[in-house]
Amino acid sequence: MALLELEGVDAFYGRIQALRGVSIKVDKGEIVALIGSNGAGKTTTLRTISGLMHPNSGTITFDGKDITHTRPSQIVGLGIGQSPEGRRLFPRMSVLDNLVMGAYTRNDKAGIASDMERVFTLFPRLQERRSQISGTLSGGEQQMLAMGRSLMSRPKVLLLDEPSLGLAPILVETIFTIVREINSQGTTVLLVEQNAHKALDVAHRGYVLETGSIVQHGSGQQLLASAEVQKAYLGM
Amino acid sequence: MSQAATAGRRGSPRRFNLRERIRDRDTAVYGVLIIVAILFPMVTIYATDGTALVSHATRAGYFVLLAIGLNVVVGFAGLLDLGYAAFFAIGAYSYALLASPQLESSPAHHAVHITFWILMFVSLLAAAAAGAVLGFPTLRLRGDYLAIVTLGFGEIVPQLFYNFDQWTGGINAVGLIDQPRLPVWVQGPWSGDGPFTFVRDFSFNGDPVAYYVLIVILIAVAVILVNNLYRSRLGRAWMAIREDEVAAAAMGINTVTTKLLAFGIGASFSGFAGAYYGASVSLVSPDSFLFIVSITVLVMVVLGGMGNITGVIIGALVMYTVIFYLIPGLPENAVSLANNVGLGGIVPASGDWPGLAEETQRLNFIIYGIILVGMMLLRPQGILPSRVREQELKHAAVQEEETVVEQAHAS
Repeated sequence: MALLELEGVDAFYGRIQALRGVSIKVDKGEIVALIGSNGAGKTTTLRTISGLMHPNSGTITFDGKDITHTRPSQIVGLGIGQSPEGRRLFPRMSVLDNLVMGAYTRNDKAGIASDMERVFTLFPRLQERRSQISGTLSGGEQQMLAMGRSLMSRPKVLLLDEPSLGLAPILVETIFTIVREINSQGTTVLLVEQNAHKALDVAHRGYVLETGSIVQHGSGQQLLASAEVQKAYLGM
Repeated sequence: MSQAATAGRRGSPRRFNLRERIRDRDTAVYGVLIIVAILFPMVTIYATDGTALVSHATRAGYFVLLAIGLNVVVGFAGLLDLGYAAFFAIGAYSYALLASPQLESSPAHHAVHITFWILMFVSLLAAAAAGAVLGFPTLRLRGDYLAIVTLGFGEIVPQLFYNFDQWTGGINAVGLIDQPRLPVWVQGPWSGDGPFTFVRDFSFNGDPVAYYVLIVILIAVAVILVNNLYRSRLGRAWMAIREDEVAAAAMGINTVTTKLLAFGIGASFSGFAGAYYGASVSLVSPDSFLFIVSITVLVMVVLGGMGNITGVIIGALVMYTVIFYLIPGLPENAVSLANNVGLGGIVPASGDWPGLAEETQRLNFIIYGIILVGMMLLRPQGILPSRVREQELKHAAVQEEETVVEQAHAS
């Protein structure tokens, strides 16, 4: 059974339909990429999963539970962590305070401390800057902090929204290496990306979203080789 | 320890010091405040041979309580509340109605006299409930829109007390409010006026020193509570919501209850203050809770240093002194100054000149305004700012600079 499953999800912004019958399956231990152009509904899909908006029809199941109408505050506690679009750090808090906020739903001090160590091992740069105010970090460091912060809730599934957005190519490389690293440590990842090439390269499977509908899915390599994907998203 | 040793090459040791320095600063301010609070009545009664200054201090005291409460809403959670006086009014009326002859002439035909020590908490709960009621419809509002709704609430509540005159006496106000009595819990054959009297009931009876002691204790309790709240999980959630509400929700913070708690807890302090106010002035009228009260308390919070408890206390004391002591005393002081420096000629009125005292009186609000503008220009972060606020202002300044530089490059 899939760890996270969306089935026929419709979502609206007012009267505009953003998602049309979206069905996605994410199995335990996978990296799944969701690619598509601007406005295709990628972020909306993540927002419906994290409970920030609710689908008008369709169901979302996580770990065997129906979470279609669960509140966002409970969804984090169930094990869905997210690094939201545009990073959304707490810009005037220090790096350390941001990470502590990431563990807001948890109470186990020892576990939080060991996860903090884990984040610092993944992102040594964050440890160097732990008491710096996060708004003054560089773009790449901010992205690292956003990912580190979302790991602090010790999620079973990590939702990453455009982690490579606005970063220098060398940093994009680093970020994707770390995504793979996080996944190899046992966290399932649902990755939303415009950088289709990189995303499909690290992903086990991928879905292509176009104006609110899934138009294609397959393994990362299959999609990379697909003529339509190459034409539409890879510029070949 | 090893973490601290490996921590950053740049910045971090200095910042740790800053944090410690601020903690030291708070300890020092609390120390000074406690000493001043103890010495103040002794020194002023000895020096002025009267309790007028102590009365002033008791009035300043409930403004301190109000500022501490509003700071929870505005400073911690970042929700701009322009109707805070409404909760103060609800607290004051809760006490006034349940501890005065007022309800005798109401449709209930029965006066209620419950002791202050219980009603203090009734007022607190009433104000907190009102806070949650106000909070509920405003949950989706932010910034300016929230400010306008709270402003409306602040206007409605005094009007309600004004118009429900069957119960509240309306414009005639509620008078003859009971004074607190001590010690109520040791009633028995040994108290009262019997032959075996060991402990007499101690009625406050308008004694400013008794009220002074009471308000100092209330403030001390409030400060301890608020400090603990600030360091708690809830305190961190408030800060996160102030910084970025969407991100806070993504961290698993229940933004609905967190915001309602900010309104409710913030309001509860003004319920406390309201009960105290009703007892100490013994007369509660709708006119005491107008918009100007909300604004005054907000000015105290902002000028003192939003988000920082010691800053807010100092801000309340400084602004109280300016508004209720220095400015009303200006005409008199101007006259005696003019007489002393040999300008006695400008004191009396003549022709178009209304006289120095009258003229200064007319300029009062201008002088108040100049003081406010001056303080905001000199110290926009407040007298004793919180660390986070200081960063916010710096951050905003840096961003502004960057935009200017970018624009310069672009053109």
